[in-house]
Amino acid sequence: MATMAQAIRLALHYGEEHLGVSDIFGEDVGSPLGGVFTCTQGLRTAWNSPLDERGIIGAAMGIAMTGRIAVAEIQFCDYIYNAIDLLKLAGNMGWSSNGQFHLPMVVMTPVGSGIHGSMYHSHSFESVMTHTPGWKVVMPSTPLDAYGLMISALKDPNPVMFLPPKALLRTKGSELIPGEPEDQRKLHNMIDAPLGDRAHWKPEWPELGAYEVPIGEANLVREGKHGTVLTYGRLVGVCQRAVDELSPEGLSFDVLDLRTLWPIDWERILASVRRTGRLLVVNEDTEVTNFGEHLIRRVIDESFSELQLAPRLLAGAHIPGIGMAWTLEAASVPQQPEVVQALRALATAPGRDVATGGLTVPLQLPRYR
Amino acid sequence: MHDLMVKTRVMEEQLIAMTKLGDGYFWIGGPGEEAWGVPLGMLVDKGEGPAHDYLHLHYRSSGIAVAMGVQIIDAIRQMRATATDPFSGGRNFVNHYAIRAWNVLPMTPTLEVQYVMAPGTALVQKREGGRGISIVNGGDAATAEGDFESCLIWSSRPGQELPVLILIGHNKFGISTPSSEEWPIQDLTQRAAVYGMKRALVDGNDPEASYLALKDAMDYCRETRKPFCLQGNVSRLNGHSSSTGGARINERDCVIEYEQKLLKAGVLSPEAAKAVWEKYRAEARDALDQVREEPFPAAETIHQHTFYEGGDVGSAGSEGT
Repeated sequence: MATMAQAIRLALHYGEEHLGVSDIFGEDVGSPLGGVFTCTQGLRTAWNSPLDERGIIGAAMGIAMTGRIAVAEIQFCDYIYNAIDLLKLAGNMGWSSNGQFHLPMVVMTPVGSGIHGSMYHSHSFESVMTHTPGWKVVMPSTPLDAYGLMISALKDPNPVMFLPPKALLRTKGSELIPGEPEDQRKLHNMIDAPLGDRAHWKPEWPELGAYEVPIGEANLVREGKHGTVLTYGRLVGVCQRAVDELSPEGLSFDVLDLRTLWPIDWERILASVRRTGRLLVVNEDTEVTNFGEHLIRRVIDESFSELQLAPRLLAGAHIPGIGMAWTLEAASVPQQPEVVQALRALATAPGRDVATGGLTVPLQLPRYR
Repeated sequence: MHDLMVKTRVMEEQLIAMTKLGDGYFWIGGPGEEAWGVPLGMLVDKGEGPAHDYLHLHYRSSGIAVAMGVQIIDAIRQMRATATDPFSGGRNFVNHYAIRAWNVLPMTPTLEVQYVMAPGTALVQKREGGRGISIVNGGDAATAEGDFESCLIWSSRPGQELPVLILIGHNKFGISTPSSEEWPIQDLTQRAAVYGMKRALVDGNDPEASYLALKDAMDYCRETRKPFCLQGNVSRLNGHSSSTGGARINERDCVIEYEQKLLKAGVLSPEAAKAVWEKYRAEARDALDQVREEPFPAAETIHQHTFYEGGDVGSAGSEGT
């Protein structure tokens, strides 16, 4: 099975061949490196840019103004902050010109912790990005979703921010990408550049199939009855494992992998929350003015009478950085034991009986806990 | 050229007057840059798509816009923020043009961002062939932003040079800060020299000198597919904007100077000159009367065009294309 980095590369190749992608660029994106995470290795239209984030975003906007499709990479989301006003501008071009100019561009920038990246290689960006109107924002949690979301992003006439969780870029999926050889070794030999001299290397691309994950569609990855978990990116796997850990205790949860952070799949979110009556949002961005707070506010607005207890947000600590020492990183962003604890509390706390208005009886858990 | 310069000046005077009459909230524009902007607008290869020139402008570009064909009534519509404003539908400041049919890209008051986008359009133009170039226009003060340097760098990479005409309209001020406090040099094209870029300096108050310098620079970009940096020294006749009152300042006035030159040379009669001013003043008055009857955008439209809604949109305003 392909890794997420390979899946992104395959999607970009599909975009070059079938969707009119004209430029894939950024720092170290072209030959010989093909991106620090290898997401752009061997691609026909990939090129190295100057080390200039504003130049990268600006050039992507210019290319998109001509109607050509540009994919720009910012090496780590932590480096994108000096281009924030350009992102705002890209998002308002259509609006400010009363519909004359929309920019068909994709910006890809890896996010999140989990690789011992310390400061400037561990931070999250979705709360800022979802605060930037005019952009669609996606974050995959599996290689197949990365492939399908990237293809949808390339087909979208609006700017799309593609946020792969960097800790997942080298992880393998459990589903084949359409056209991917079953033998992972074979895929490696076909599309991964060799170490050392790459001057004469060329990838051998598999015949890829079309596959889209529609923008705006969440994925229910666990189904249960004691609560709803909204999460995305790296923490989807963490939440799934936490839910599985609680299964012997008789607890089950809906886990919704949002996949698209804007526009939000309210239909699926509200359907789940109305069924379970309990909500936990899990992400790793800093907790103040966190995107999860918006999710909770909107759920309260739309489903207050159906909630059994106050929704909770489990997020990163509101601190200026994520430290290098593993003890610091683990204390800064949610880890599996905390998710387990939060889920147990979510399921067992006495809540409001939505039918009678009285309190529900707390769930009795087995003693072995 | 005299006709278009007068038209631009009359338009700007009407826009300033509108702020005093309660017909608009805020004026910002380019009186004093007519001799720099009008020749450029006349020389532009106007059209849609990479085969034609792209214009990355800033808010002192009214001369360019008028010479390209923008009508007084449409600037008045944008000033009054009516739904009929063809550039932004009542959403953006005055003198912030966006004209898809002519490759005039959306403008923003966040200065210098236009310089960082120009290499993107030029890259497509160079790759796809043809003679289209990307023209970026801004002032002297905002070249302090890193985006100006980005434009120089991205346009001049070895073997990957781009057809970008990098313009600086040097009016000697950044709002109230004199350029003598900002720069140890006043010929800012010296910064382009570092990158081996061809460059020139011209009296931007002289429309004939500007025309020739702009034509030379544009021809160079068109033919060599490489960048050129050109600075025009211009006046700023009404200060920065409404924020500084919009009142007239005693500097060289390129419209009056050029008119005097034409009168002295016998090319233009005093009667003909007067008729040009009166024609456009009447046009501006009538336009304002008409625009006062036009609707403001409906409140329920605020979400429109946040995302692409399908179909081709955009026109060049009253003249159309």
